[in-house]
Amino acid sequence: MAAILVYSEQASVAFELLSKARELGTPFAARLGKSDADDFAVYGAQKIFVSDDARLADFNADVYADALAQTADTSGAQMVLIGSTKRGKELAGRLAQKLGCGAVTDAIGMMTQGGKLAAQRYALGGNTIATDVVTTERQVIAVMPRTFEATKQPAAGEIVPIDLKLREPRVQIVERKPKAAATANIESAETLVVAGKGFAKQEDLALADALAQALKGEVGCTRTLSADFHWLGEERMVGISGKKCKPRLMISVGVSGQIQHTVGILGSKVIVAINKDKAAPIFKVADYGIVGDLYQVLPRLTERVAR
Amino acid sequence: MDLIVCMKQVVDLQQIRIKRDTREPVVEGAPFVFGQFEKNALEEAVRLKEKHGGKVTALALGNAKLKDLIIEALAMGADEAVLLTDPAFAGGGSAGTALALAAAIRKIGKFDLVLMGEGSADNYSGQVIGRVAELLDLPQITYVRELTVDGSRVRATRDLEDALEVVEADLPVIVSATSELNTPRLPPLTAILKASKKPMVTWTPADLGLAPDKIGAGAAVVKTLSNLAPEQERKQILFEGEVDKAVDELVKALQKEGVV
Repeated sequence: MAAILVYSEQASVAFELLSKARELGTPFAARLGKSDADDFAVYGAQKIFVSDDARLADFNADVYADALAQTADTSGAQMVLIGSTKRGKELAGRLAQKLGCGAVTDAIGMMTQGGKLAAQRYALGGNTIATDVVTTERQVIAVMPRTFEATKQPAAGEIVPIDLKLREPRVQIVERKPKAAATANIESAETLVVAGKGFAKQEDLALADALAQALKGEVGCTRTLSADFHWLGEERMVGISGKKCKPRLMISVGVSGQIQHTVGILGSKVIVAINKDKAAPIFKVADYGIVGDLYQVLPRLTERVAR
Repeated sequence: MDLIVCMKQVVDLQQIRIKRDTREPVVEGAPFVFGQFEKNALEEAVRLKEKHGGKVTALALGNAKLKDLIIEALAMGADEAVLLTDPAFAGGGSAGTALALAAAIRKIGKFDLVLMGEGSADNYSGQVIGRVAELLDLPQITYVRELTVDGSRVRATRDLEDALEVVEADLPVIVSATSELNTPRLPPLTAILKASKKPMVTWTPADLGLAPDKIGAGAAVVKTLSNLAPEQERKQILFEGEVDKAVDELVKALQKEGVV
């Protein structure tokens, strides 16, 4: 079985990837720098390649790509699975270039197709899902967090220290300002109320909050409301550059429905759209829609479901 | 300082239609645009030039229509443009794009900072920056939301999931821009009129010393087996008219679905 090297700076994502790698080959894990994760073996890692080289103290894409390329060489892994976080994505491109191979980032699924391993990803800004096959012998696949379920299946987990030849980092981290811990986990909400530009001012989001509370759900928003208006934190942003959500009930309020946003709601079981513009694209991806003024519809809907 | 901004011509994603029967995207006829993040990269380059002096080169990849689209970049403040429009450059994916860009950046020669978007508007793979950086042996700083240059040092604030990270590096460096970095200017008509008089060159693979069979499709390392719209069978039932009645009907439907 082919060896598959798994790395993510987020241990929970590495566990997901190891769980998937067990189906595809022999899972190996890379533990680089100061890592407190010591349970890769619990998720099936046959070998754990370890380096605490001082040059790996901070995540530096250049140095980490070098470290992973050397680990891939040492371990004989033909495939490197990475978590498609921001750090993972910048790592994937550089690593693939070092290995002279193809890469797929933001993979949302993997399957065997015609004897080859294929990865799926969104393309054309979320209009389509592309199924890609890497044509080089080696390959790098960066998989979106929470694509696969982390399941325990203890394995040997042989610790293999590796001696890496690394250059000094050329980018120095001078300050790290942790973001306020995400107060919302919209990806696991059963019901999600998503607010868009139809809300005239920030205070009016109270209407969305009230509906979400009545339904014991969470509030999400479009990129505009988070990145441009700063009305809500980015942990609530839904779309291609934000969260992909799969609630049982998605209520989209005052959202026009640009493809970069709707790609984040496609997995929902039932989608409801409320918009005063009957021609808004959001209605095309909705099961139910109310063509009307959200300022009239929301209070009424909240009252009705709270009964 | 000399700045190079890498830009990719993409179809306007809002104008893509999906064929109902086959779920295939129809891109023919859709207008071409630059992605939002690339405009942020260009805007930042122009602001740095306005502050520190120097020159901004827009390096763009696309088809023959790029000659018209590039006017927008020149009007926004790029001093000159280098276009890679040869059909041989097409179909290379991230690896082929990076190869062409890196060769063109080498040919431009003098630069302090290379900027690009955090991802292209169409594929958003985010691979190109790492690949170009590796080919040119440059440090990379991605997801930048604040950028300052002081002498030969660059200082950037990166926007990561869990933290804002302030980093520093010696120039030359390659950086990728987020939309939080700035608000790209809308060029006035006078700037648009002047833009077409700015220098513009088109380089072929031969100009870059690249063999035509080693670039574009010849450099592709990923094959796309299919590219289809996700299956969407949404009911698209609309309630209109009197609000109370519409809400009642909606709630009934949702109760039937078992989601409220």
